[in-house]
Amino acid sequence: MLVQILFYIFGTLLVVCALGLITARNPVYSALFLVLCFFNSAVIWLLTGAEFLAIVLVLVYVGAVMVLFLFVVMMLDINVAELRRGFTRFAWLGWLTAAALVAEIVMVVWSHGRSGLDVARTPIPEPASYSNTAALGQVIYTRFAYPFELAAVLLLVAIVAAIALTMRHRQGLKVQDVSRQVSVRAADRVRIVKVKAEKRP
Amino acid sequence: MPQTLAIAWASLPGIARTTVWIVIVTVVLILCVAFLTLWERKVIGWMQLRRGPNRVRILGLFPGLGQPFADVFKLLTKEVVIPTNANKLIFWVAPMIALIPAFAAWAVIPLSPDLVISQANAGLLYLLALTSMGVYGVILAGWAANSKYAFLGALRSAAQMVAYEIAMGFALVGVLMASGSMNLGTIVRAQEGGVLSQNWFWLFPLLIVYFISGVAETNRAPFDVAEGESEIVAGFHVEYSGIAFALFFLAEYANMILISALTAVFFFGGWLSPWQGYPLLGATILGQPSFFWLALKMFAFLFVFLWLRATFPRYRYDQIMRLGWKALIPVTLVWIGVEMVLAHYRVGPWARPWFH
Repeated sequence: MLVQILFYIFGTLLVVCALGLITARNPVYSALFLVLCFFNSAVIWLLTGAEFLAIVLVLVYVGAVMVLFLFVVMMLDINVAELRRGFTRFAWLGWLTAAALVAEIVMVVWSHGRSGLDVARTPIPEPASYSNTAALGQVIYTRFAYPFELAAVLLLVAIVAAIALTMRHRQGLKVQDVSRQVSVRAADRVRIVKVKAEKRP
Repeated sequence: MPQTLAIAWASLPGIARTTVWIVIVTVVLILCVAFLTLWERKVIGWMQLRRGPNRVRILGLFPGLGQPFADVFKLLTKEVVIPTNANKLIFWVAPMIALIPAFAAWAVIPLSPDLVISQANAGLLYLLALTSMGVYGVILAGWAANSKYAFLGALRSAAQMVAYEIAMGFALVGVLMASGSMNLGTIVRAQEGGVLSQNWFWLFPLLIVYFISGVAETNRAPFDVAEGESEIVAGFHVEYSGIAFALFFLAEYANMILISALTAVFFFGGWLSPWQGYPLLGATILGQPSFFWLALKMFAFLFVFLWLRATFPRYRYDQIMRLGWKALIPVTLVWIGVEMVLAHYRVGPWARPWFH
């Protein structure tokens, strides 16, 4: 009962935040609404017992990705009116995507319902010793080891590609060479010159 | 009387007992922050051959002990100035966002052998998630104030925190490998058996990395470019005054206490006694696990925080980035590899039978 009440509270909040995200005029507000969305979905995942996924969602998306998003949004002077101009032109694409998503959800629910599975089943509470993380790890590193490694390699390739695309070697750039800075001795920089004392007139 | 109290306590529902503990922990934490500010000024004063605050007394005794309260009342009675064209909502919310994670993190920290507010299984992840939240307060404060100095401070701290979070996370992966659990109580119990079986011994490089990243995450000297008094006045909280500024102050010091507690829990056995199981000392009361060991260890690390501040000049921004990405992260990666070898040959913490 309590779980259901919480689910509806956070579900409603999630929808409200999602609406806020696409309607807010200020892009910083949009980013903050997205952060709230992540939090609410994390809570909903927690309610279904997926604590690892819930916390990782907050850790990765709220803690790292959205910080960088905010960083960029604050730095750039985004002209919202300019961006809004295409809003109605591409609205049909949005509606199409939304319809496809709804259709997918309905199909899953419908096919599960036909095969006799309880779709809206509330999860059975696990014993306190049950560790969601350990359970996930056991599956990921045994049954799904290859797909998991593949995903990791894919991410690595993406990182390398991002760096390779943005790294430019410009000529004549003055860069610090830290090992040279560290290995500098006083004798390299300071020259002590003996100056003869002036004769008193 | 104590018996009736104990019975009344036991008859309370779990949620009420938890609430009482939350209130106690929060109040004690705020008091600790108050006295930490005094201790900081005193320690730095002594290190610089000054006396530090010694005017405000409590009950006419203890010179200087009333200083934190005098400061708090001063800040409470000051006007909170909101700059023109500041984003009022976010300007108000930012200090609270900075403060909440610093306090919420205490939910999973084991304070004594049988006192922890929540025995969450994913406690370590929860802590990582919360410490990564602290940056929002800083960024939003810097942005909402509509001031260039504040904004520069916010941007600096955002990049710095994201960089050092990775090193911190990897250091904690090492701890996780050594204790085989993400529950902080289990992490402490896995370090039983005296000072040499605590994590710092086998994970020494990770301890160093963790503590340095902790100092960087709390924006303390020598990593305090987000404030950088000499460059950008006071960074992200230039425009804050009165109690709004005090909230940022409170968050910074609460985070320091948190990082000290976490270092004690992850690497020095939390509430375990360092002489546990040793001949002579281990048999006395000094060999018993208790809250005081945790408090003592936290106090020692807090002193290191202050010591660092009094000793080192501020890092330059590119030096901070270099240290984070090119020194600390490779160290953790190498040490995780070393741990793999150690675990394979069952050395150190991996020699324990329950591990396999």
